Amino acid sequence: MDAKVFDMGPTDIAWCPGCGDYGILTVLKRTLAELNIAPENLVMVSGIGQAAKIPHYFRTHFFNGLHGRALPPATAIKAANPSMTVIAESGDGDMYGEGGNHFIHTIRRNPSITNIVHNNMVYGLTKGQASPTSQLGFKTPVQVAGVFLEPFNPLAVAIALDVGFVARAFVGDAEQTKEILKKAITHKGYALVDIFQPCVTFNKLNTWQWFKEHIYYLEDSHDPHDRVAAFKRAVETDKLPLGIFYINPNKSAFEDNVGIYRDDKRPLFEREPDFVRLQTLIGKFRTAG
Amino acid sequence: MGIQTVEGILTRMLKLAGCNVFATKEYMSRVRGGNNSTQIRVCSRRVCGFINRTDILIPLNKGAINHVRGRISADTVVFGESDLLADEARSGPFKFIDVPFTRIATDLGNRVYSNVVAVGMLAGLLGMKLPEVCDYVKQSFSAKAADVAQKNVQAAEAGFRLAEDVSRRADIRLDIGSDAGVKDQILLSGGDAVGLGAIAGGCNFISSYPMSPSTPVLVFLAKNGGDFGLIAEQAEDEIAAMNMAIGAWYAGARAMVTTSGGGFALMVEGLSMAGMLESPMVIHLAQRPGPATGLPTRTEQADLELALYAGHGEFPRILFAPGTLEQAFYLTARAFNLADKFQMPVFVLTDQYFVDTYYNIPDFDLSSVKVEKCIVKTAADYKRYELTRDGISPRGIPGFGQGFVCVDSDEHDTEGHITEDLQLRTRMVDKRLRKLESAKVEIVAPELYPNRKYENLVVCWGSTYHIVREAIELLGREDTSLLHYSQVYPLHPKTADYLNKAKKIIALEGNATGQFAKLIKLNTGIDIKDRVLKYSGLSFAVEEVAEALKNVLR
Repeated sequence: MDAKVFDMGPTDIAWCPGCGDYGILTVLKRTLAELNIAPENLVMVSGIGQAAKIPHYFRTHFFNGLHGRALPPATAIKAANPSMTVIAESGDGDMYGEGGNHFIHTIRRNPSITNIVHNNMVYGLTKGQASPTSQLGFKTPVQVAGVFLEPFNPLAVAIALDVGFVARAFVGDAEQTKEILKKAITHKGYALVDIFQPCVTFNKLNTWQWFKEHIYYLEDSHDPHDRVAAFKRAVETDKLPLGIFYINPNKSAFEDNVGIYRDDKRPLFEREPDFVRLQTLIGKFRTAG
Repeated sequence: MGIQTVEGILTRMLKLAGCNVFATKEYMSRVRGGNNSTQIRVCSRRVCGFINRTDILIPLNKGAINHVRGRISADTVVFGESDLLADEARSGPFKFIDVPFTRIATDLGNRVYSNVVAVGMLAGLLGMKLPEVCDYVKQSFSAKAADVAQKNVQAAEAGFRLAEDVSRRADIRLDIGSDAGVKDQILLSGGDAVGLGAIAGGCNFISSYPMSPSTPVLVFLAKNGGDFGLIAEQAEDEIAAMNMAIGAWYAGARAMVTTSGGGFALMVEGLSMAGMLESPMVIHLAQRPGPATGLPTRTEQADLELALYAGHGEFPRILFAPGTLEQAFYLTARAFNLADKFQMPVFVLTDQYFVDTYYNIPDFDLSSVKVEKCIVKTAADYKRYELTRDGISPRGIPGFGQGFVCVDSDEHDTEGHITEDLQLRTRMVDKRLRKLESAKVEIVAPELYPNRKYENLVVCWGSTYHIVREAIELLGREDTSLLHYSQVYPLHPKTADYLNKAKKIIALEGNATGQFAKLIKLNTGIDIKDRVLKYSGLSFAVEEVAEALKNVLR
């Protein structure tokens, strides 16, 4: 499939020139095309922020919801119609800050959605405040003395929760990122892909150059089924590893656990309530409650 | 065995024997113990309201008599254990009959059977037949081990045999006429009626967070929904619950949330999104006293204004407030159809009293219920927010048709894409608000009872219906009627006509500020000065309302 099927035509894109978001947009379209996922079968769900505008630059179904709230509707969309491919995509502030509780519990719930997080370690749309992943000492108009909160480590948290799939990528490496995204999207259950992406306007610390100097790829010998090893790699701070940290293939997905698709594969919109059964249920109140 | 089991067995047994029954409970916010009470009314005609009078009291624990002291009088007969109650037993003015429930239970092997002994005694006093009682108790414990069921049957039988002796000692004779028709009626709670109504409305998705008193609806749908292809998910918080439910509607489900004040407060952000996305939504809001945590297990009608005005920005909504079990069923089903048709949030406002109250009613008529789905198959050039005369844009869903379904919590263009075209913004606001005008065509009329001609009109809404109705019967004034609203918003257009016919109007509400009266004033200009308000956390009682009306009408 040609990645052009996802192109919108002439669109006013709200991102700054040189923003890492462009690269993610391009590589995601290529990934989906290579996986032969048609725009008609895809739902992009996002929250609020510059990264969360990505669905507007995609020719597909989308649900651009509230700040921090992409994961609950994404979960429900998958549960209501499991035949759709669902991607929940937003920035680090949205997913790890405002939506932190949903992040934790969506990992536990394990719906088959791909959670892509644009991680630029800063708030862009609100103009340069610290994000949950901002590095210690990072000075902003609000964190005037520099960040002193411990940076949030999404990978370590996900592995602690025994996530189904977790990876980290760098937008500067399109091919590697594409291969990681392919594996994430085809994973059954929840998959987190945290993508390093420089903010060229508000983050003068974590620049393109800084990322290039601070990243490396996990060796082929890394066993993604070894949770303890994955955790060790996730807490490395001097240099930041990229790649697939951890996969647990033995978890059942939320849309399967809800139990209503076992004998009937139809999505919810194709179903009608069974009034004969309802009459029987009402009848039970003659004798018992 | 707890008070709820006593209530369940006794009410169902009596209903099967042809008696009209009513039960309601008030309870403390704790897992075990405390002082809780259940009121059961047994009557030859149908009774559906909470009363203050207590004819028979069975105190099952120490402190129980003091707990309900305001509801007992010299005419009350108390059947209790003097050992257990000590001074309370002699605290009068009631007639106390000492009955050794615990000793009888202990003789059977375990004091846990004492409440069933009491059930048996009451069944005997109320003139039931022993085989019926034994059969029903046996059936109630059929899920338990055979010896447990057998012991409970023996306990009920032992209690039953006490009846003749205790009625002689108490000098009472209860003769409750039965009605063969009642036997085949259904006996259910307000929570059950909302749950059944949701299924009848085609609900197939509920996401919620447990919170008293709204939880019974979540429990009901989790327990019974499997047979109806319904997904019931306990969310991590009410924010997630509401956002999930909106996502579910987007993907073609018919979704609802059930919550109470503080939980709903967390849903408000999502509610506003439903307004912007033009997403259908059904919200069961079971009110309890606030602010904040308030009285978690008690009742109030103080969240009308919260439901009415919740959510930043301006968007339309519909508010139902059922007063009867029938209304709870039909209006909840209707809520799904209206939410889908008008693409807006529809509330079902109940409260603790309503959710936890049971009585018998005739079977629901499913032939009058229809699931009306308003989803369209999209064409390739589909626009989710097409500007239309009535404000309603045909609603597509992803995966049904060739078009793309794009929704955005930002202001958006007709395709659902973010926009800052401020002229279009104005048109979009107008479009969303036009839907309310469309929804006004289908407003449920208020019920006037009993007289079409009246001088005094008592205006009430929601759960107080049966209480006010019985109070007006008790008052016995030909010149006084009640006007009950089961749809509180948009307000019925004939409201001013009803009110203008009365010389005196009284607003009766379970809150401190007369919220519905304020809404009426806003909509009609009519200022209802006479108010009967209660906000102690306990429901109005029939006699209390009759007395209050008598005072106002003096």
